[in-house]
This record gives sequence, C-alpha cells and structure tokens, in this order.
Amino acid sequence: MRVMAQVAMVMNLDKCIGCHTCSVTCKQTWTNRDGVEYVWFNNVETKPGVGYPKRYEDQERWHGGWQLDRRGRLKLRAGGRVKRLLNLFSNPDLPDLDDYYEPATYDYDTLVNAPAGPHTPVIRPKSAITGRDMAITWGANWEDDLGGAPEHAPADPNLAAMAEQVRMEFDKTFMFHLPRICEHCLNPACVAACPSGAMYKREEDGIVLVDQDRCRGWRMCVSSCPYKKVYVNHRTGKAEKCTFCFPRIEAGQPTVCAETCVGRLRYLGLILYDADAVLEAARVPDPRDLLEAQRRVFLDPSDPEVVEAARAAGISEDWIAAARRSPIYRLAMEYRVALPLHPEYRTLPMVWYIPPLSPVLDAVTGAGADADDPDNVFHAITDLRIPLEYLASLFSAGDTEVVAGVLMKLSAMRAYMRARTLDGTVAEDLLESVGMRAAEMEELYRLLAIAKYDERYVVPAAHREDAAALSAQAGGCSLDGDGGPGMSDFHPAGVTGRRGDGRLGLKLFVRDGGTA
Amino acid sequence: MSVALWVVAPYIALTIFVVGHVWRWRVDQFGWTTRTTQVLESRLLRLGSPLFHLGAFAAIGGHVLGLLVPKSLTEAVGVDEHLYHLVSVSAGTVAGLMVVAGLGLLLARRLTSPRVRRTTTRADKVLFAVLTLTIALGLAATVGQNLLGGGYDYRATIAVWFRGVLTFHPDPGLMAGVPLVFQLHALSAWVLAAIWPFTRLVHVWSAPIAYLWRPYVVYRRRAPLGARR
Repeated sequence: MRVMAQVAMVMNLDKCIGCHTCSVTCKQTWTNRDGVEYVWFNNVETKPGVGYPKRYEDQERWHGGWQLDRRGRLKLRAGGRVKRLLNLFSNPDLPDLDDYYEPATYDYDTLVNAPAGPHTPVIRPKSAITGRDMAITWGANWEDDLGGAPEHAPADPNLAAMAEQVRMEFDKTFMFHLPRICEHCLNPACVAACPSGAMYKREEDGIVLVDQDRCRGWRMCVSSCPYKKVYVNHRTGKAEKCTFCFPRIEAGQPTVCAETCVGRLRYLGLILYDADAVLEAARVPDPRDLLEAQRRVFLDPSDPEVVEAARAAGISEDWIAAARRSPIYRLAMEYRVALPLHPEYRTLPMVWYIPPLSPVLDAVTGAGADADDPDNVFHAITDLRIPLEYLASLFSAGDTEVVAGVLMKLSAMRAYMRARTLDGTVAEDLLESVGMRAAEMEELYRLLAIAKYDERYVVPAAHREDAAALSAQAGGCSLDGDGGPGMSDFHPAGVTGRRGDGRLGLKLFVRDGGTA
Repeated sequence: MSVALWVVAPYIALTIFVVGHVWRWRVDQFGWTTRTTQVLESRLLRLGSPLFHLGAFAAIGGHVLGLLVPKSLTEAVGVDEHLYHLVSVSAGTVAGLMVVAGLGLLLARRLTSPRVRRTTTRADKVLFAVLTLTIALGLAATVGQNLLGGGYDYRATIAVWFRGVLTFHPDPGLMAGVPLVFQLHALSAWVLAAIWPFTRLVHVWSAPIAYLWRPYVVYRRRAPLGARR
C-alpha cells in the first residue's frame, strides 16, 4: 500500500441552476488572456446536449481515454506509443477551433467614437482570433437550457445508445446542468499521452498540471483527454488546463469555481488512495465494475492501518485529520451518492457528481402525478427508463441500477425529512427501503442541504513554511473598503446558530451537525 | 573573398548556432515549442505537415550520408560512384519534392487561413523565407545538376570542405570550382543555421524519443517555494 492524498470535488447536480457563475469567475481568473479566448477550464453544459467542445463524449471520434487491448492490458485509445509519435506531425484526433467555437468580441469603441448621424451606432461582432467581422453561430453554452435542442441535442453521444423514441421526445422529458472542470484523474490519459513528460500529477495533492517550461506543443494531451479539458493556447503554442486553483488550494482555500458557486453545490475534500492499486482498478474487464473498482482504491481515513501507512508515506497529521472530515469521502464512500463522470473512460476521475433527481421529478409532474409523493417517485425512478438510462450513460457506464440506487436515496431523504419536519415522525419504512439509519439520513440531509462553508470545503493548507504567501487573494471581502457595502455589518456573527427571524433551526438527531 | 565566404561565414554561423542555442535554452524554456496551430486549421496541415517533416527527415539523412560519410568509406563497402549517384539522385529528388510540396501546403495554409496568418511572428516570416530559399536551391542542385544535368560529384569537394569546417581544418580552395547553385545552397544553409536558435526550429531538438520508454503517468513533487528551474 502506497498512500497518496488527493484533493477531490463532488458536485450536487440537483442544486445547479446553470447560472454560469463558476465559469465566469474561472475565466476571469485563469483564461481572460490572448490565446485562450475560447478556453473554459470550467464550463456548464445543458444535458441532453452535445457539450463543449461539440460531441466531446464521442470517443469513437476523438479517441480519448483508455481502453483494454485484446490481452486485457490498458492502452491509450489513440494507440500505442509508436503510433502516436508517428501522428506527431498531424494529430488526427485533435478538435478544431470550430469544434469549440470561434470566440468573438465587439467593436465597442464605435459606440463612443461614431460620428454624429441620424442612426444610433451599432457594434458588430469581431472574431477574437482574426479580428474580422464574423457571425456568431456557436458558443461554449450555446444549448443553454435546451436552446436549439431539437436541432442539436440528438447529436448528444449519450443518446446514441438509447432507444429511438427517446431522441424524439427527450426535450419534453427532462433537462439538467452539468458543470465540468478537469477531473484530475488517478490514471490521467493526458499525462500518459504527453510526449515531453511535461504533464504530471502532483504527489502531494493529486492535482494534474502542465509544466509550461517543458511543454513543447505536441498537443497529444488535448486529444487524449476524454473530457477535453486540456486546451492549446494558440498564442504560446502550449497546453493549458484547469489547475484546480492550486495556489488557493495550497493556501487552504477552495477553488474559485467552488468559492463562487451560488447554489453551494460543490464540495471539496481529501481522498486518501492506494497509488499501487490504481492500474489494477483501471483495467477491470467490465466497464460497469469501474465504479466499485475505483472505490476500492480509496482508503478509509479512520482505519488505523491506513493512518499508519499514510504517516509512513509522509502525509502529515493535519492532512490525515482533514481526510477524516472530508465531505468527498462521506458522499462517495459512506453514503455512496456521488458517482464519477464517464467511468468507462478508465481514467479514474476525481470530480464526482450526485446525479440529479430533477429529471425524474419533472417526468412525474409532467405525467400529472404528485412529485412529492415518494411512492410516485420511487416508481418513476424504476419505470421511467429515459432519464435513468441517460443518467446511467453519464455516471455509471450504463448501469441503471447504480443510478437508481442513488436516486432512491435522494428521494427517500426528501420524503424522510418532509415527514420529520412537517409531521414530526420518523419514517422507518423509508429508512429501511434504502438501508440507512436515521442518523445517517439526517447527516446526509445536513451535508447536502445546509452544510456551511467549513463543512463543504475541507482543504488543509499545503505544508510549506510560507504557504500563506501563496494565498491567491487576501482575506476579506473586496467590498470592505471605505463606503462599500462591506462597511456595514454585512455578515452577522453566528449565522449557523439562531436564524435571522429569531427562530431556531431544526434540531437533528446528529450531535453538532455530525461533522465531527 | 573565398576565405570570407567559406571559412569566416561558416564559423560565424556555427558560433551563433551554438551560443544562440545555449542562450535560448537557458532563458526561454517557455518559448521553446513547436508553436502548433493545428487547432486553428487542420485540413491543409493534415497533408502538408507529414509531407514536409518526413521529406525533411529523408533529406537530412541524405545530407548526413553525402556530407559526413567520406567517399572512401562508401567505396570500401562496395558502393561505387554510379550506384551512389543513382540512389542519392532518386531518393534526393523524392525527398526534395516531398519537402517542397509540404512546405508549399504549409505556406499556402499560413497565407490563406486568416487564423493561422494572425499567429505568424516576424521570426516565422524570416524563417520561412530562408527555409524556402535553402530548399529551393537544394532541389535545384539535385534536380538541375544531378538529375537533368551532367551530375556533379560534390563528395569530392563540398563534403571534404564541410568536414574540414567541422574539424577546424577548413580549406576554402575546395569550394572555388563548385557550381554556383551548390555554393548558394551552402551559403543559405549557413544563414539558416545562424537564425535557427531564434526560431521555432528549436523544437527539432525536443523530438520526444524518450517517450517510447518512459512510464505512462508522471508523478512530481511540488517544487519548493522560490526554487525556479
């Protein structure tokens, strides 16, 4: 056992309203530069939809990720080492700019400098690449809220495996948002594909980075990443990718996308894993076993044996303690409601998702039934093949039982808490149906619904004498200046205690909110 | 004059080549790249780039054989002048045509695609001009003199002079009677060598051969703060 620590993320998709705040703050922080105008380290897609870049999930076309060869060995889908070196001069799997979109800006200057005349001056879109006039025909979130979906969304590769009628009717059926960042995989295909060895996974926290000084612009990482989260900076000719905001993580702060998430749907925490078990897990024969195989790579931070091995591997006490408080471990391993995105790519991704119940609830409501009645929802989960199959193609390599199990838990949690809050009863039958205890159920509820900043983001600072100097942003609010809104007592102390209206929050079975 | 062209100029070029590379490697790792533009345009590149690169490999191999391997050595292993001429002219012509076709496509791409055109730097423009000139002269020498013309045995003069330059025993007299097209090709090649370290050509030295045996996933420890390579 070789214990390594990884900073991981879970996103609760039921809470995502598709506001794109994460995308915008990420872009302002990392990619508001020449050469990466088209690049979104964080983007939010509407599903069903083709995504960004278009149809990136179609690995028949892009050859991203890994596959098993005939003898059951792991191989990059783009081919062996020799084959890929032969493709060095022209990479057949590289997306074009038009597969992303041509970024545009406007000649805003015209509004101010146009000579006086009878008409209001108008601005025209200009390509940010060539500077020429252009028509804007695509964007990173072109299909926002299913816009244009009847025309485009049938091209969603996840729908390809599904029955024909699904494709015709899905836009009436369901929709949800999928925020995506780099997965910082345990078995990263981009790192494996980099001819220069410029990409690496950090031993301390598992963050996957591009060494800008060593990258030589062979662009193999871009095509080998099945999530298409490595990009070419066409100005520098080098690869760039989501950094997991490592300067902030090192300083013990959440990533920008997590920090600014309006819906508070992102969780950050540590996972201890056995680095020696990674390849074994990535090459289980049946893609549907990949989820459990990956879970077996994760180590229980409360297990004394694991703690001993972690200490031996040089992981510090505060990191081990943080791993014990990790919301990621709880969501992925204890409550088992978080699932990886496209485990069948065999990269063992480390940004997991709690699948959304909303597609099912939408369908129940659409059918004229009461979506608050757990029986209706339970039946819908198993009966409504369409959303279930779709979610399964995203989160469990097509295994609908896994997704159904998670949705049952989420649905049971709602119904259970409804009974607790409104009737004051403990719905034992609901607990039984999903095999959870009351305390567990309420802890899950607490973590998903009301967990505060310190419970959602359990990020220990990096061990460097002057980690604080790395702090990406000084503490405090930028509006705290003279006359700013922050001057007033904007955040009353003890928000977690008595509520603003004087009422007390719901008392739970769990002592101190169960976050230890 | 002959000393200036065939002794002084080569050594100036070689000095710039060596010192320039050391300097660039030390101060500009960030700029050391292929400067790929495939993401901006791939249709013409798909054909042009492999043609150019594979043709260039063949041409470079031919130059190594023709310039660095002494005539006596090839003859010792049983390759007579006629056979050498046959192989070098045929293979050289094919390689030359591949390079020209590839470069033509790549230049056309750079001119016709507004996206690629915008990324073209001044260093690129100088490089493309010198590269085109050198390749055109080289192809003219191979096709014009050796394929269509009577043939010229450069291994008796140019190759000996070139090895002399590399071993610090330059003999400018060897270049005196060389046909003009070969002379110009040699001179433009020295210019190419002199600008080499300041252009994207440096990516040649980063050919990722080590990729063939390195482990797939690279782990690295965080660099200590303040430590910059």
